[in-house]
Amino acid sequence: MNGQDAAGAGIARRRLLMLAPLGVAVAGGAAFWTMLSRMQRGTFDPHDIGNPMLGKPVPAFNLPALAPNNGFSSADLLAAAKTKPVVLNFFASWCIPCAEEAASLAQLEQQGAQLWGIAYKDDPAKTRAFLDRYGNPYQRIAVDATGNTFIDFGLFGVPESFLIDATGTLAWHIAGPISDSVIGGQLKGRI
Amino acid sequence: MPQRQGKRFFFEKKNQKTFVLWASEMAVVLLMLFAAGPASAISDPREMLANPQQEARAEQIGSQLRCLVCQNESIEDSNAALAHDLRAIVRQRVSAGETDSQIMAWMVARYGTFVRLKPPLSLATALLWFTPVLALLVGAAAALLGRRRVQEAPQPLSDAEHVRLAEIA
Repeated sequence: MNGQDAAGAGIARRRLLMLAPLGVAVAGGAAFWTMLSRMQRGTFDPHDIGNPMLGKPVPAFNLPALAPNNGFSSADLLAAAKTKPVVLNFFASWCIPCAEEAASLAQLEQQGAQLWGIAYKDDPAKTRAFLDRYGNPYQRIAVDATGNTFIDFGLFGVPESFLIDATGTLAWHIAGPISDSVIGGQLKGRI
Repeated sequence: MPQRQGKRFFFEKKNQKTFVLWASEMAVVLLMLFAAGPASAISDPREMLANPQQEARAEQIGSQLRCLVCQNESIEDSNAALAHDLRAIVRQRVSAGETDSQIMAWMVARYGTFVRLKPPLSLATALLWFTPVLALLVGAAAALLGRRRVQEAPQPLSDAEHVRLAEIA
C-alpha cells in the first residue's frame, strides 16, 4: 500500500514537471507581450541606454552662432534657465526624425517654452535650408561643427533633447524625437 | 580490364589534383586571415598616431569601448561618425599622456558603464558574472540529488506481498 502511494506521488510529480515547459512558455509570452505593448506606447525603448549626464550640471561649452541667430555658451544657457526651464534640442538637417519632430517643436514654441537648438555636424547653409523648410522653432541656435559638445552631453544620435532647470541641472532627457505625446506627458507642467 | 585500370588511375590523379588545389586555396585563405590581423575601421592612416607604441595603446583602449551607434561593435571596428570622433579623442588623450584608466573614466562619465564592452563587476552585473558558477552549482546539486534517489533501498515487501509472492512462486 505504502509503495503504491509513493508511486502515485511520483507520477503526480512527473505530470507536474510536464507542465513546467508550458509554465515557462506562458511566463515568457507574458513578458514579451508586456515589452512589445510598452514599446508601442513609447514607455519602453530597448535602444535607450540611459544618459549618465542626467541629473548632472550642464557641461561647459561655447559654440558659435548660426547667423543671423545668436550662438550661445553654457553660461548663457544657465542664465536663461534661471527664469524658465530651457529645452535644449540637438538636431541636424540630414536627420529624418528631426524633420518629424518639427511640428511638435513648433507647438512647444507656441506654448511659450524656451527652446534652444544646437546643430550637430551640419553645414550651416543646409541647416538654414532645413529651418526654412520645416520652420524655425528656436530662440537661439548654436553650431557644433566638431561634435565635441555633443559628446560632452553624452549623446549618440540626433535628435536628442534635454530640459535644463533653474539650478542648471540636466533635469530630463530624451533620445529621439519630441512628439506631441511627449509634450503632453513627460514635459507637461515642466516647461 | 587494362582500360578500366587506366580510367581509375586517371580519376585518382584528378582527385589528387583537386585536393592539391583545394589545399593551396585554403592555405591562402588562412594566410590572409592571420596576416590581416584584427579588423579596424580606420580608413585614413592620418587618423593613426605616429608613435607605434601610442597607437597600439589607443587601439587597445578603443577595442574596449562600445560604439554607441551600433552598440555591438567597438569604436575601433565601427564606421559610424561618432566612433570616428571617439577614436580621435582616445588618440588625443593618449598622446597627451593620460593613463588608460583616465581615458576610460572620461568615457564612462559621458556614456556610462554601457560604453565599456567588458562590464565591471557591480551589483547590477553580479548575475552576469556569476551565472556560470551558479549554473555549475545547480547542475552539481541536481546530479547529487539524482544519485541519492537511485541509491535509495527499495521498500521491503509487506506481509500481503509476501503471501502473494509465496502464491505465485
